Amino acid sequence: MRDVGLVRSLRHNGDVTTPTPVEIAEPDVDNVVELEDPWVTIVWNDPVNLMSYVAYVFRNYFGYTEEKAHELMLEVHHDGRTVVSSGRREQMERHVQAMHEYGLWATLERQDA
Amino acid sequence: MKPFKKRRRGGLTATFEIGEAHLLASMAAQVVELLRDRNGADESDADPLAAQLGMGGPSLPPEDPVLQRLLPDAYRDDPEDAGEFRRFTERSLTSVKVQNAEALIGSLVDGGLTFGAMPDEDDDPVEVELDAEEVQAWLRALTDVRLSLAVRLGIETDEDTLLVGQSEDEAIAAMSDIFEWLGYVQETLIAALD
Repeated sequence: MRDVGLVRSLRHNGDVTTPTPVEIAEPDVDNVVELEDPWVTIVWNDPVNLMSYVAYVFRNYFGYTEEKAHELMLEVHHDGRTVVSSGRREQMERHVQAMHEYGLWATLERQDA
Repeated sequence: MKPFKKRRRGGLTATFEIGEAHLLASMAAQVVELLRDRNGADESDADPLAAQLGMGGPSLPPEDPVLQRLLPDAYRDDPEDAGEFRRFTERSLTSVKVQNAEALIGSLVDGGLTFGAMPDEDDDPVEVELDAEEVQAWLRALTDVRLSLAVRLGIETDEDTLLVGQSEDEAIAAMSDIFEWLGYVQETLIAALD
């Protein structure tokens, strides 16, 4: 839960408060966290969003190829949900927030949940 | 409506009949009003600094089913985490959605839409021209309007979409036509982007 606060405070104060040495050390820490604590962003099917729009969002926000975006969109459509991204919790929270801005129904959870 | 088309010098254009432009603007304005009501309730007792940082929003989901869909839980089976996430992010999500809807209305006004008078069929059509940023606002705002309408129509499955279209209730059938039309508008916008 504290992660949420961390995301917000970093987003607003990151430029000012993050000293350079921390930035250099950060990637290692991230990797460890990523291995030990994987989270996933899930997009859920809904009867409103157009298939073309969902594929567009996957392509433009996550940078997936047209083919991959289309494949993920079909997974959402047919299976009711699909994992669109995995990684650190803070990152997944940002993705979920972005999906909600697009009007897609998204949640995050632990990978093994 | 003349569907969205790519301009040679960049940007997308579309032309709406005056009645269509009014409809779009009023649908977007309803979304703005709904979202403002959500934010307004907590504004008076919020910590000003927290509010400025975009924190200190509500931790409980909205009661209105439309707002529930526009501002969904980020954690599905964990109300505590969902509440905490909402507390820190809902305000900014709401603001972004309000900005998108207002940008959509702004484009229509730039295209010649005026308020006050009843739309007259003889009025000039509204031609909108969207830059890349406005396109993004329109895509999201159209989605929010369609999500809101769908909740009001009770659309929960793909079959429901067909059922409301065949409804004998004229009000439902009319709303369903608007819902379909908004989908068409969005579809032409996405097609024009490729």
